[in-house]
Amino acid sequence: MAGMSIALNRFGLGARPDDSLDAEPRAWLAQQLERYVAAPRPMAGQPASGTLVAQFAAYREQISQLRKTAQPAAAPSIPSKPAAAMAPLVPQPPIVQTGDDPAEALRKQFGQQSRELYNGAVTARALATIQSPAPFAERLVHFWANHFAVSGDKMEVTNLAGAFEFEAIRPHVMGSFRDMLFAVEHHPAMLLFLDQAVSVGPNSPLAVRAGNRPNVRRNLGLNENLAREIMELHTLGVRTGYSQADVTEFARAMTGWTVAGFGRGPVAKFTGASGRPGDFVFADAMHEPGTRTILGQQWPQAGEAQAAAVLDHLATHPATARHIATKLARHFAGDDPPPKLVARLEANFRKTGGDLPSLYRTLIASPECWAPGTVKFKSPWEWSISAMRAVGTQQLQPNAVPGLMYQLGQPVWKPGSPAGWDDVAGAWAGPDAVLRRVEAAERMAQRTRDQIDPRARAAAMFPEALSPATAQSIARAESNSQGVALLLVAPEFLRR
Amino acid sequence: MMLHRRQLLAAGATALMVSPLGARMAFAAAPTERRFVFLIQRGAADGLGIVAPVGDPAYAGARGDLAGDFASAPKLDGMFALHPAMPNTLGLYRAKQALFVHAVASPYRDRSHFDGQNVLETGGVSAYQLKDGWMNRLLRLLPEGDKAIALAAAVPMALRGSVEVASYAPSSLPEASDDLLARVTAMYEGDKQLHPLWQEAMATRMLTGDLGSDGGKKAADTGTLAAKLLSAPGGARIAMIETGGWDTHSGQRGRLGGQLKGLDAMVAALRAGLGPHWDNTLVVVATEFGRTVKANGTGGTDHGTGSVAMLLGGAVQGGRVQADWPGLGDAALYEGRDLKPTTALDVLIASAVSSHFALAPARTAKALFPAMTTAAGMEGLVRG
Repeated sequence: MAGMSIALNRFGLGARPDDSLDAEPRAWLAQQLERYVAAPRPMAGQPASGTLVAQFAAYREQISQLRKTAQPAAAPSIPSKPAAAMAPLVPQPPIVQTGDDPAEALRKQFGQQSRELYNGAVTARALATIQSPAPFAERLVHFWANHFAVSGDKMEVTNLAGAFEFEAIRPHVMGSFRDMLFAVEHHPAMLLFLDQAVSVGPNSPLAVRAGNRPNVRRNLGLNENLAREIMELHTLGVRTGYSQADVTEFARAMTGWTVAGFGRGPVAKFTGASGRPGDFVFADAMHEPGTRTILGQQWPQAGEAQAAAVLDHLATHPATARHIATKLARHFAGDDPPPKLVARLEANFRKTGGDLPSLYRTLIASPECWAPGTVKFKSPWEWSISAMRAVGTQQLQPNAVPGLMYQLGQPVWKPGSPAGWDDVAGAWAGPDAVLRRVEAAERMAQRTRDQIDPRARAAAMFPEALSPATAQSIARAESNSQGVALLLVAPEFLRR
Repeated sequence: MMLHRRQLLAAGATALMVSPLGARMAFAAAPTERRFVFLIQRGAADGLGIVAPVGDPAYAGARGDLAGDFASAPKLDGMFALHPAMPNTLGLYRAKQALFVHAVASPYRDRSHFDGQNVLETGGVSAYQLKDGWMNRLLRLLPEGDKAIALAAAVPMALRGSVEVASYAPSSLPEASDDLLARVTAMYEGDKQLHPLWQEAMATRMLTGDLGSDGGKKAADTGTLAAKLLSAPGGARIAMIETGGWDTHSGQRGRLGGQLKGLDAMVAALRAGLGPHWDNTLVVVATEFGRTVKANGTGGTDHGTGSVAMLLGGAVQGGRVQADWPGLGDAALYEGRDLKPTTALDVLIASAVSSHFALAPARTAKALFPAMTTAAGMEGLVRG
């Protein structure tokens, strides 16, 4: 693949009909690091996570109230719960009464609202990407959002996944790894997704107090989920020398990191009232007191500073540098990342302490990323976005992209696991997956109504890199739109 | 012309109907109230596994384990039994609204799905000999107001031709058109990753479109939709429904059972949705060819020749199995392996359609199946 074609497709997300490509490929990519906009126009109007958390908390409170009214016998067993803790934190939306089950009606209404919010956020993401003059930078946003994946399969997270990317990832893509890490681990979506918000130190004031009451539900305890994934997925990487004891100790240090306006029962009593809903709060009452031993070091700090100090350490740890270098190299130079490239990125990370634009510039300058031909099989997201860029999509129906991504097997922000989507061909290059792309391509191409000359489009998308076989297939198509469909599923288009 | 479901329903069924572009000769005088549905079973449906000749002395021996489904299957007469997964179809049979015609085949005598389907749909005697479909040519014989719709992503061969026909695909991501698939096949030929993937996708595609995969719900939805399109005032009078998943090379018992359950649900939904129009409806169910009499080594059957066709509907003079039965003894088999065809599918279709629409039989036969050799039509298939 010639240089500009690699810049457009491997680094970027495919050409748009209105792209002007007169720059030198490496310069074009470097300019994008400056041109990147953290909050592009399509994202204006997306609700902030605080609003979403407040809505969810209010909804859950209403459901529980309705349950109590309907079945007094099933009331929660926590005694002497102060009435104040039960008051909703935000004005309640009106309950739509349909039939004789208001809880069901409320559930439906909330479900509908959630779907609309999700569709809106996915569409905003897609539009921003399709329209972006800095597709390399947008690719990096998606890379980091997948590295720090939250999954909207979990109900509390469904509405928050978009806000997570907009608030915790986008502002830091051109900053430092450390700042992005801190933003991510403080965000309500992550704290809720990996259960940090309900993790309570066994010797914290809250647990001790609850333990003195014989009738209290004993569900207050440590949850290691986020602590483990920070080490395994976000920073050090799996099997890099940390132990189970390190995870448990880190989880103890993390106790108290929670979300305002979200806790239930006794947790709410200590945390819910303080801070705006959705804000990160440190709840001292949940924090496990004492010095921790993690990765062979003592961490004597008190309160919130303890986990923050550990996180700072992890952010610049050599294992983290290697982990991030490997993932970036895999994303830009092939499923089996070239060791020399990994080493170069790792050294750069360690030298700068995790300055992200420096890593990106290293990628641009590395010959391994400019290997001729194609080195990656596009994920459904990459393929869909590049297809929509290729046909010059301007507007999207609210459910178009969410629906397409479900059909192609990569529902946005729903990887189902904190590990995110796999970044290797094996995850995407299957018979049915390719057939679905062909089906989607035909439908997309039909909508172009023969307004695109696929021969010219193909030449513009793959300058000096279009294979004769593809060019011939497109040229022989029975119609312009069939030629567009063939372009969208050509071997060069399925890969980058 | 592709229509999306929402447009379709919002506009009302009349809006989607076609503007005839081609020359259309009206042989019948008045617009008809008659409905006709051609339901194609792509992939070669095993006629012996649908309407089984349980009274044939060679049947149990030849079919082995595949006969298991018919141990307690409802008997249709002294010779034949119907697969137990088709209770609604059995009900139609008992109400004399289902006619099974066994040991039928199109003029095609090889065993390629694509060529066989092309012959079945074009009405020729060999593949790619004719460039339009027999259903499209039928439209030219019908009154100007009669329209057709295909329940498929693209207009299938049987409906292609000079009369414009609408198509509508029920799924949100319709199957790509065969022409595009063929071009993609050629484009991936030299790609060592995509070529094998694509070969597998195409092989699997023959087996999917499973009618029974969701307990027949999708199949029933298709039947309901077809009924809606055929019931609308001024709407389509002719429809074609494509079904896949009949290529049962392995694990036939479970898969065919699922397929038939889906087909049965589709027919039931069609009948329910058509309401009073059902009395004026003829549904022809047919496949490109049958399958081997004997099971293969993987619990399935391979490409064969003779199969069964079904005529269903209130307009059908049913309640019987019509067959010039060739027998299943080794000596009676076509090429020593297949059910020998004794009834021509083109004669069956031409006869049923011409009497259904009160068209002149010889002229209809000549228009639909120009190379048809048998002069004698079949009588008594449809109520006059």
